Amino acid sequence: MTRTIFSALFSHWRRNPLHLITLLAGLALGTALWSGVQAINAEARASYDAAAATLGEGTYAQIVAQDGAAIPQQTYVGLRRAGWLVSPVVEGDLGRVRIVGIDPLTAPRGIGPVSVGGGADLGAFVTGTGQILARADTLAALPETDATVIITPDVAPNTAIVDIGLAQRLLGRAGQIDRLIVLPEQPIKRRPLDTIAPGLIETAPPDSSEVARLTDSFHLNLTAFGLLSFVVGLFIVHGAIGLAFEQRRPMVRTLRALGVPLRRLIWLMAVELATLGLIAGLVGVALGYVVAAALLPDVAATLRGLYGADVSGQLTLRPAWWISGLAIAVGGTAVASAGALWSLARMPLLASAQPRAWVMARQGVALSMLSLTLLMLAGGLAIWGQGLSAGFIMLGALLVGGALALPPLLTLALRFGQARARSPVAQWFWADTRQQVPGLSLALMALLLAMTANVGVSTMVSSFRLTFVGFLDQRLASELYVSATDAAQAERIAAVAMAQGVVVLPILAVDAKVAGQPAEIYGARDHATYRDNWQLLRAVPDAWSVLARGEGVLVNEQLYRRADLDLGTMVPIAPGLELPIVGIYGDYGNPVGQVILNDAVFTRQFPDVTALRFGLRLDPSKVDAFRAALRDQAGVADSAMVDQAVIKAMSLSVFERTFTVTTALNILTLAVAGFAMLMSLLTLAVMRLPQLAPVWALGLPRRRLAALDLLRAVVLAALTGALALPLGLALAWALLAVVNVEAFGWRLPMYLFPMDYLRLGALALLAATLAALWPAWRLSRMPPTQLLGVFRNER
Amino acid sequence: MLLSLRDVTKTYPGAEAPVLQRISLDLHAGEMLALTGESGSGKSTLLHLTGGLDTADRGIVAIDGTDLTPLDDPGRAALRRGTVGVIFQQFNLIPSLTVAANIAFQARLAGRYNPDRVQRLTTRLGLGDHLGKYPEQLSGGQQQRVAIARTLAPQPRLVLADEPTGNLDEATADTVFALLCELVAETGAGLILVTHSERLAARLGRRLHLRAGQLT
Repeated sequence: MTRTIFSALFSHWRRNPLHLITLLAGLALGTALWSGVQAINAEARASYDAAAATLGEGTYAQIVAQDGAAIPQQTYVGLRRAGWLVSPVVEGDLGRVRIVGIDPLTAPRGIGPVSVGGGADLGAFVTGTGQILARADTLAALPETDATVIITPDVAPNTAIVDIGLAQRLLGRAGQIDRLIVLPEQPIKRRPLDTIAPGLIETAPPDSSEVARLTDSFHLNLTAFGLLSFVVGLFIVHGAIGLAFEQRRPMVRTLRALGVPLRRLIWLMAVELATLGLIAGLVGVALGYVVAAALLPDVAATLRGLYGADVSGQLTLRPAWWISGLAIAVGGTAVASAGALWSLARMPLLASAQPRAWVMARQGVALSMLSLTLLMLAGGLAIWGQGLSAGFIMLGALLVGGALALPPLLTLALRFGQARARSPVAQWFWADTRQQVPGLSLALMALLLAMTANVGVSTMVSSFRLTFVGFLDQRLASELYVSATDAAQAERIAAVAMAQGVVVLPILAVDAKVAGQPAEIYGARDHATYRDNWQLLRAVPDAWSVLARGEGVLVNEQLYRRADLDLGTMVPIAPGLELPIVGIYGDYGNPVGQVILNDAVFTRQFPDVTALRFGLRLDPSKVDAFRAALRDQAGVADSAMVDQAVIKAMSLSVFERTFTVTTALNILTLAVAGFAMLMSLLTLAVMRLPQLAPVWALGLPRRRLAALDLLRAVVLAALTGALALPLGLALAWALLAVVNVEAFGWRLPMYLFPMDYLRLGALALLAATLAALWPAWRLSRMPPTQLLGVFRNER
Repeated sequence: MLLSLRDVTKTYPGAEAPVLQRISLDLHAGEMLALTGESGSGKSTLLHLTGGLDTADRGIVAIDGTDLTPLDDPGRAALRRGTVGVIFQQFNLIPSLTVAANIAFQARLAGRYNPDRVQRLTTRLGLGDHLGKYPEQLSGGQQQRVAIARTLAPQPRLVLADEPTGNLDEATADTVFALLCELVAETGAGLILVTHSERLAARLGRRLHLRAGQLT
């Protein structure tokens, strides 16, 4: 019996391949969107983490030559003999690949072939012709060598890890070392560095900058985008499955009348859908990979590594990733079809032909109530919600509530249009458009969510960019940042600067607990650098002057929110010192609280703290010359001097890539929603022949009907867009002002970008027009016999 | 006794009066019964209760001595598959299956598919040239013949026909009706035929009239 039922169920798809394509494409595109975003997200994380993870950069102290020159290998041997636990590193470019030579036997745990490569063999790595560990794309860019290449996905992009001996040979730098990694655990009795190697200096691990920490926020936003794309996909899947059920209602009724038990029918339909979900999931995962690779052309090969590429360069998907992609497809199908299967289970055998309009009207009222409830829940959570979970629930309630509000709002707007129509054709147009709303509602909801995601994510990302650039200008106002190794070098730096007329802004800092929160207390010199560049979120009048007089403090937003502080609140800085808050500043990315005092007050309060870091203000054209002077006269290593222009350029390039990806994803989401609309229109085109045929018979030519169909799609898309704008702005607000605050303790200001919204509206109308073009063309060319068939009751 | 109805009563939710009131009737194997009545008199409801498509509020519906009333959905579905065959006014063919597959469908469901019998049926019903076609490619009369073949292929003990000629012109209706009676008679099954046509009803051996939910 099972086989017979299956043959009947599948015969529907065989006879209606377009319906099958709709369902599979909806599922596959939903999965592709989700898995593509996930892949990009994972890739972005991997890119950020790989360099540090591979090389230990940012984690360990380093020893470098004071003059920036190479360190002789003999010096390294001398240090080891003197008890220093250090590990040598040689770096250089071979072609366009960065070669990093390490000594795996002395390197700290987490660095080297054992940690980075599954296929690496320590013995082979250090002996013979050696091994080169790198990603597949990096290896492809390497010149021919006699070493064995091992594809190692976890290595940083464009970097190859080799044994130090091989590196010296490949780079032609025998006996030379660039830097020494200082292991955290060192023997207590070891000779001072300057007695063993006078030309070398030890530098502390570079401070992980606020810029780096901003990436966490970026990932949260990408995750939110992933969620949005998944919801869009879910609506598409829901629409496709809903249509599939709707089309097969008569068949289901016949099967049951012929003696197929309801339970078995439901099980078999569930199995059928799971199979289709699985097939579509496979296609979707593959598409997701293509999407991710296409969106990140510069890291496409890296993605191959993410999925676990083999030596021949053939694509091998990592099981965990594609299984999760399939699970999403099948799970999404289950969620999307649960309602349809449930209504099938409850459908009385003889009642399936009850008037659909009445059913839809009843569903419409229920959905309106649900929408209202969800939007009220979102509003309530926005006002009273606490915590990140509440933020995400609010986000979900806002999106689903907004989507469910679309059909009743569209119906209202169309009713308004109908009431104002004068000519009979116009009246029919509005009435007929209203009648199409239930059938098109899921596709329109997908379009709404796509546009909402577009508005929301674009606003968020662009606001993010504006804030970020402003923040960089504020925080990296000084032309050069210098770190001293000790107080003596700090004094030499100050002396060199003074001699050249360079303004020195010492960065004095001490860790403390303020208002019960872990915080950093900074001493800032009164200077135009701060007054002119720092934007205060809230402040008392003339706050900088009050700060300069030592009569108040500035606190960052994190401390202000976490400790529930306000302007004027007295903050206990240290025993005997309590000052009022005179301003609150944005401190994006910083996980801990911060308090800024006047430097004189700071020095009085913390006399033991010496400034070892400085911001230096000088003519940008003289930065290189001044760096040389610091190197020569104060013995500052190159790695201890950071040019702000370099940091800004690097940071901005990271975010530019983010924006490119986001823009492309926005367009893709819109395209997928357009596709969903096309499929719905194609399916409806057949189902609504009985509605069109009488109008045609009454004298409206096919071409006119087709033009009206096209106009209908544009009107519906425009009305959908009108709702998407406020919903998208609400989404952006939720992401910036709620989710971000809950996740990181700081709020991103929200900016509006009207031109972007106009462009998006035009794109959405274009997508709707393109989607409606084919069905309209088919209608314009439909043979009269097909329309006449309606009257012959032969359909 | 093939079919036995005792005091069967049915009221639809929201309706003021019952659609069927204390209906009792018996039908023997091989017997053919015409059921006539005005629209809304309860003819189709009686047929649906007999075929296990719906359940009575009160009374007993028994086929071959088995009471349908306590049966659950799978039990009633099994009855429809194996013992009862229903022919609908709207044909209810599966549009995505060919004529041949439609005819074989219920016999396969019942596990009583006999290719020879199916071939005989298709020949008798004049469907031999249409087996590869889909229902939408057939006329109304041809579609109803396919529905009859589908119902008779598993050789049900009881055939229930709900206005099987209601959508057909008079000449086609006569042909289809004659074929149906002939084929049912050959199998020795019982037949209940719901019809508006006094002319066709008069051609069956037994006739009952329903009025306001009661047999007259």
